[in-house]
Amino acid sequence: MLRIVTILWFALLATTAQAEIDIKQVISDGGINAWVVEEPSIPFVALEIRFRGGASLDLPGKRGATNLMAALLEEGAADRDAQAFQTELERLAARFSFRATDDTISISAEFLTENRDDALALLEQALIAPRFDQTAIDRVRAQVLAGIASDAVNPRSIADAAFDAAAFGDHPYGSSLDGTVDSVTALTRDDIIAAHRNALTRDRLYVSVVGDVTVDQVGPMLDALLGDLPAEGPPPPADVAFGLGGGITVIDFDNPQSFALFGHAGMKRDDPDFFAAFIVNHVLGAGGFESRLMTEVRERRGLTYGIGSFLAPMFHAEMVVGSVASSNDTIAEAIEVTRAEWDRMATEGLTEAELAAAKTYLTGEYPLRFDGNASIASIMVGMQMIDLPPDYVINRNDYVEAVTLDDANRVAAELFRADDLHFVVVGRPEGLESTQ
Amino acid sequence: MTRFFAALVLTFLALTASAEEVTTYTLDNGMDVVVIEDRRAPVVVHMVWYKVGSADEPEGQSGVAHFLEHLMFKGTDMLAPGEFSQVVAANGGRDNAFTSFDYTAYFQRVAADRLDLMMQMEANRMTNLALTPEDITTERRVVLEERAQVTDSSAGALAREQLMAAQYQNHRYGVPIIGWQHEIAQLDMPQLMAFYERHYAPNNAILIVAGDVDPEDVLALAREHYGPIPAKADLPERARPTEPPQRAERRITYVDPRVSQPYVVRSYLAPERNSGAQEDAAALVYLAELLGGSPFTSDLGRALQFDTQTALYTNASYSGMSLDETTFSFIVLPSEDVSLSEAEAAMDEVIAAFMENEIDPARMEAIRTQLRASEIYALDDAQGLARRYGMALTTGLTVADVQAWPDILQSVTPEQIKDVATRIFDRNRAVTGWVVATQEEAR
Repeated sequence: MLRIVTILWFALLATTAQAEIDIKQVISDGGINAWVVEEPSIPFVALEIRFRGGASLDLPGKRGATNLMAALLEEGAADRDAQAFQTELERLAARFSFRATDDTISISAEFLTENRDDALALLEQALIAPRFDQTAIDRVRAQVLAGIASDAVNPRSIADAAFDAAAFGDHPYGSSLDGTVDSVTALTRDDIIAAHRNALTRDRLYVSVVGDVTVDQVGPMLDALLGDLPAEGPPPPADVAFGLGGGITVIDFDNPQSFALFGHAGMKRDDPDFFAAFIVNHVLGAGGFESRLMTEVRERRGLTYGIGSFLAPMFHAEMVVGSVASSNDTIAEAIEVTRAEWDRMATEGLTEAELAAAKTYLTGEYPLRFDGNASIASIMVGMQMIDLPPDYVINRNDYVEAVTLDDANRVAAELFRADDLHFVVVGRPEGLESTQ
Repeated sequence: MTRFFAALVLTFLALTASAEEVTTYTLDNGMDVVVIEDRRAPVVVHMVWYKVGSADEPEGQSGVAHFLEHLMFKGTDMLAPGEFSQVVAANGGRDNAFTSFDYTAYFQRVAADRLDLMMQMEANRMTNLALTPEDITTERRVVLEERAQVTDSSAGALAREQLMAAQYQNHRYGVPIIGWQHEIAQLDMPQLMAFYERHYAPNNAILIVAGDVDPEDVLALAREHYGPIPAKADLPERARPTEPPQRAERRITYVDPRVSQPYVVRSYLAPERNSGAQEDAAALVYLAELLGGSPFTSDLGRALQFDTQTALYTNASYSGMSLDETTFSFIVLPSEDVSLSEAEAAMDEVIAAFMENEIDPARMEAIRTQLRASEIYALDDAQGLARRYGMALTTGLTVADVQAWPDILQSVTPEQIKDVATRIFDRNRAVTGWVVATQEEAR
């Protein structure tokens, strides 16, 4: 029997908008949790599935296995090879996407009400019975290797790789989930099968369903779709400290502009001060044209097309990072201004007016995110992954409003440390050299 | 038999479900208004599209349309520099703008009850921009940094720029939207203001509002805010220089050490969607899908990525949303140890085989089904629908053309596809580009 644990009706009340969203929480007979929103006005369903773990579950020496595995899930299952599988997907006009990230396997599906059973049956085969044909492995491996080669001549990717390696060393966060030319070249079919066995397990599964479906249909649907996956997977990697100190690393690359990636250690998502940090960073570098970094580096000085900073609370580490691109003869000035703004935030904090403007924006913008089946499904599955309850959608703006100027400025002083910022600069920057 | 049965069921379903709620008006001053209702969330997207883009620029002033788009966020007689975006943010919204060959558009995404304020500000900057020399000096640097980031830091973007310049021998589509660097550097206040005064007017603009709104309310607000702005009597006609008969195949080799793997591209001049005559364009949508849509089922994908290991990636692309003649293009990224000449020859064999053989009815049906379904999925994205109307109405199409398009797509026949393919696959009207890291790879 299907158990509906809670039926919650939320009115998202904000200063500027009200959204009504009716999140139903379901546990199937087989024990699969899901959040469901019934939205029958368009005859299709958006389904979001996440498995926590992702590429961080790559086994030693097998970097890239989980990524290659995820890319192969659309390359044939059960009695259909890659082309037959895609032909069936086209016949059903369904849309599946399979993607590995550092900490997740992310599966998105959209299918028409009319084709729901066939589409789910096909998706089930992709998840439970992928073929991993050697020809498909070789073909997709060549595509992954082309991507790795392309990253090697892309300033942003070069900066990412150097920054991550210096910050996280041997931890999976220290290297690209694509793997290296050597590691990917060496992957065997058995490695792909092992990655599949380890990454798609029910103990770390999160699901949301939005669209033309009723809540009592969802339990049996998910049991059929996901019930045959293994119950448990291997443990996730340990947490890792951000290991990069303040300074500058210049990587020579022949390009008219330099790209700089910068950051230092950050704050956990469940830290009681997280909302204060979120607001401070919004004012500093995440508030679009209004942020201090955009104002000072772009609007006042014309040094860049765009600059931003953001909090990155990941599952096993946390950091504050940002990036800016500027011509080789102006990147040094862009970095100097960035550092100065970082320091000003720590020493002077926000003004009352900036705090109020940030709150108005953040609370007003939040309800606007819930504007389509696919976006609601994606938001809901993201909430589940970081242990937020369904009623977070009504309380979230209160958390923003509750941040006081004292909180914000105390957190600004603790979290934003200009001396700890490390800049990885890729290009031919004038007047910048690597620090020791 | 069941395969076709399922497709037929789908046909029926889609035709009953896919019409978005659209209402249109024209204000007395000639400004068109399009309202798309989507009442699922209390959100509205407010857009003003101007029927002017980079292809309307005077010669020697490339980039002026895009530069002006940046400056529209500076001050007016009512708003201080940057205040527009600040007010949007203070109301919990986001705003931005974009420029293309044929249009320039400004938009805000806000709570539906803030529409009034958005219209007030957008109407104000239509004719009341107040720039200072400092605005221009600083923003010119920003635009040059944008070009350095988006174009000059990307070998692929530079290669595309060269290809377009070779493709168009007379039309301004051959000049990059963002402008040539040396011309951006010279753009000045009189040129920018002249462009603004010449093209920014209600009778050259389209208002599009999508989301949780009542069309009558939108019309009332539009009359209040945009209605008082006088029409421009001497609006220039959008008569651009047209292409002469193209008489010689063009081949270019772009060498850039930042190219990680060599590839070949080919583009042909191709007809765009025209008002009341969208059939050729509809057939070209099928042609792109058949030849190089899905890597698993298209002719290029099957021949070059499955039957042989000639290529790592293949694609054919076409978009008919263009005021003037557009392009139909191919890209093939050869596998290791396959030369560009071999890859290009393999591509041409696939095109030749397509022209000789009959089109598989099952493939036609699969594409038809997917095009129909995409209309249902599109209803989940009100902003996407708004863009669809904006692009159409600034590229010479009407609301009726937009609404007829799904049915025109459904009625495309294999004969139409072969006919249009025969007309466009003319190497004298094509450019072939080899994009390589070194001259040695160009073989």
